[in-house]
Amino acid sequence: MTRGMKRLSIPYIVWMAIFVVAPIFIVLIYAVTSSSGAFTAANFSNMLSYSGVFARSMWLAFIATVICLVIGYPAAYILSRLGPGAQKICMMLVILPMWINSLLRTYAWMSILENTGLLNRFFRAIGLLDLLGIEFVPMINTPGAVVLGMVYDFLPFMILPIYSVLVKMDYTLVEAAEDLGATPAKVFTKVTLPLSVSGVVSGVTMVFVPAISTFVISRLLGGGSDMLLGDLIEMQFLGTAYNPHLGSAISIVMMVIVVICMSLMNRFGDGEEGAIPL
Amino acid sequence: MKKLLSALLVLCLISSLLAMSGCSEKNKEVVNVYNWGEYIDEDLLKDFQKETGIKVNYKTFETNEQVYSVLKQGGSSYDVIIPSDYMISRMISEGMLEKINFDNVPNISLIDDIYLKQDYDPTGEYSVPYMWGTVGLIWNTNYIDEEITSWSALFDERYAGQILMFDNSRDALGLALLYLGYSINTTSEAELNEAYELLVKQKEIKQAYVMDQIFDKMEEGEAYIGPYYAGDYLTMLETNPDLRFVVPEEGSNQFVDAMCIPKGAPHKDNAEKFINWMCSTEVSLANSEFIGYTSPNVEVREQIDLDEDAFAIMYPSQEILDRCEYYVNLPQDTLDLYDSLWVKLKA
Amino acid sequence: MTGKKVRFGEKLLVVLLFVFLYAPILVLIVFSFNATKSRAVWTGFTFKWYGELFSDATLMSSLYTTLGVAVLSSLIATVAGTLAAMAFYNMKKRWRTPLLTISNIPVVNADIITGVSLSLLFVSVGKFLGHEYGFLGFGTLLLAHISFNIPYVVLSVMPKFRQLDNNLVDAAEDLGCTPAQAFTKVVLPQIMPGVVSGMLIAFTMSVDDFVISYFTAGTTTQTLSMYIYAMTRMRVSPKINAISTLLFTVVLALLIIINFRNNKNDGAAKPVTAKEIKQ
Repeated sequence: MTRGMKRLSIPYIVWMAIFVVAPIFIVLIYAVTSSSGAFTAANFSNMLSYSGVFARSMWLAFIATVICLVIGYPAAYILSRLGPGAQKICMMLVILPMWINSLLRTYAWMSILENTGLLNRFFRAIGLLDLLGIEFVPMINTPGAVVLGMVYDFLPFMILPIYSVLVKMDYTLVEAAEDLGATPAKVFTKVTLPLSVSGVVSGVTMVFVPAISTFVISRLLGGGSDMLLGDLIEMQFLGTAYNPHLGSAISIVMMVIVVICMSLMNRFGDGEEGAIPL
Repeated sequence: MKKLLSALLVLCLISSLLAMSGCSEKNKEVVNVYNWGEYIDEDLLKDFQKETGIKVNYKTFETNEQVYSVLKQGGSSYDVIIPSDYMISRMISEGMLEKINFDNVPNISLIDDIYLKQDYDPTGEYSVPYMWGTVGLIWNTNYIDEEITSWSALFDERYAGQILMFDNSRDALGLALLYLGYSINTTSEAELNEAYELLVKQKEIKQAYVMDQIFDKMEEGEAYIGPYYAGDYLTMLETNPDLRFVVPEEGSNQFVDAMCIPKGAPHKDNAEKFINWMCSTEVSLANSEFIGYTSPNVEVREQIDLDEDAFAIMYPSQEILDRCEYYVNLPQDTLDLYDSLWVKLKA
Repeated sequence: MTGKKVRFGEKLLVVLLFVFLYAPILVLIVFSFNATKSRAVWTGFTFKWYGELFSDATLMSSLYTTLGVAVLSSLIATVAGTLAAMAFYNMKKRWRTPLLTISNIPVVNADIITGVSLSLLFVSVGKFLGHEYGFLGFGTLLLAHISFNIPYVVLSVMPKFRQLDNNLVDAAEDLGCTPAQAFTKVVLPQIMPGVVSGMLIAFTMSVDDFVISYFTAGTTTQTLSMYIYAMTRMRVSPKINAISTLLFTVVLALLIIINFRNNKNDGAAKPVTAKEIKQ
């Protein structure tokens, strides 16, 4: 089954050329032209005025990724050590929210975080607001709410890859280290952590990329100002300031940022067994 | 394994059947309508289908600028769009609209003359007025003791964190211009920059930029004050009687939203049927009562059943209308400036 | 590393994690039965939002669109992706590596860029073919979904090919099987778990997608996600909560059924989640 195989790959290669490579090429063309069709670099030089958006997006995505890692790693670690029955149920519980539309999950936080929302009502009921002498704790429409939304939406993406690396890990290695007199901290840093780096790398990628490019979360929980890169791009294509050329240029820059961040991550994970093949 | 597969297959079959039943409706007559959110009594769409057999594919937008983007992007297939005056003017000048065949829209005779052949469509060939209204300030008397009469309330630090603001460039900058005492149709770069600076300062004290999200926020007391359209105020008032509305003393914007047929509309005849149907007194009356906006239909004004206060808001006195101004389409340079100021503000 | 003792404190952390994950969902579900539109004050029990949900024609048609696109795109992507994986597997590494990298672009790329770039492609092609208007619709939506689904199928089938013992195929052919027979009798049964999980992933990716559909569905076609998004931009209606509750129940039931079946016959496709495959 080899000769025919070569021909078998042709349709998919053609498909990829049309639906994967060509679209990115078109974005590139849009990015370096003006609305009159002439070549220009203005789309890129204008971008300096949006450096605030770039910085904010990267910063918020970074914080969200770190928080996901700080919560996700211990969670995956504990889950991987539960009994088989409990483990199965718990993993199902981690996966389940991912099957529910992410818009709905983000929307749920609106009613919790609002000034007159559930959390503030709860604070009032327990007397916290009176104690502090304020009418409400401002939560919605803040960068904090956006980060919370990101963490909530993407946390399972961090837990799952780390979990699946940890669960496959050869536990005798840990026992061997313990027998040889390593402290629990040493066992973790010298054995468990290095063996799970590949899971961490793919978890970080799977959280960072959607976080830096979201426009739904910032729009629902961020109050429409302090845009993120996703908002900025959407605005130029289907939003309130039509300019697909500028939007394309921003897309290209964002793509470059993502590629750089990911290759850095992959370098970090390199040399480890089972690093992600990207 | 096999059982799982067969279960999956059955699932696939069922859902593709469902999908088919969805598709089969494509053979029916349809009209694709693109309207503002919260801007129609959706039961009317069903009535239209019952009466004419034409199914309405209904989709909503949030801002005029968004309609422009969607149409400009290309590939769209709307039959009826309902943007506002200044945007219609821009679309006409860029050749984005189809002329309407008024032989198919006899109900145009029911529309008050003063809303026809307005500046935005001087020949009256491209648009049929849908509703009109004014922009004003909505505030919650539970939180605000004083009587609000000026746009200045939107920039008042006392209400920091409780102020809502328009989430579209024309309305947001327009209000700032009014407050500064300039025309909402200014093309002066200096004036627009001044308005922009004002909005930058306001950004610190505003709660959020909103469009239709304002309904919930005002109804539930989530914010104290915000600018929006008179008709929507009447709708909010039904849920929260503590709300008040004013057209501020500095003047405001009066707008007409009109039904247009975009270039390339695939069902132009159905579009005209829909437009004509929406103009009829019975339909326009039901619609106006539901959404709270003012119908340009002369008979609706006589027949509408409202209490005095609500009527005064739906049909403002001449004195109020005299201080209102329509938006007009602006030259391309100014439009570009609006876009870049707006993106900068939100960024 | 199953079997290690888990301390009480650690169990507590897991419980807290699930409280965090499920509290918002619980809120959605509870308020789908709330008598008024309020999202924060309980005012009484009602089923009326569910009634309104089913009489909402736009909503139902968006549901059909979502299911239609998901079924068609996942079926097509499964066939195409399996063939592509087979072709890749038989390729020299020199070719395979760069091609796989290109194939993975839609998986790695941010959704918004995939969406924007595909919409620019469709619109340009439409203009080129003389269809300046009305070119975006169900067709382009389907193409977009197929194109982001294929790589997930490839990624899930490839490992199964790697585990495949080529001698078996040779043996089958030596015993008189045609290549087609060898494929259906020997290869397919062995890669089947990968194919099935690939299809499931494709299906869920397609159902869950919002951003790519938003840019490629055009004007008259609308998926459930797009409709939900539009609803969150308007006056909020507890209909949203009702949809959430229904979807949650369906997904929960599906997961339980799949899991239950897995217990009965091991080795069948696990309920892999959408992005689990990425690693």
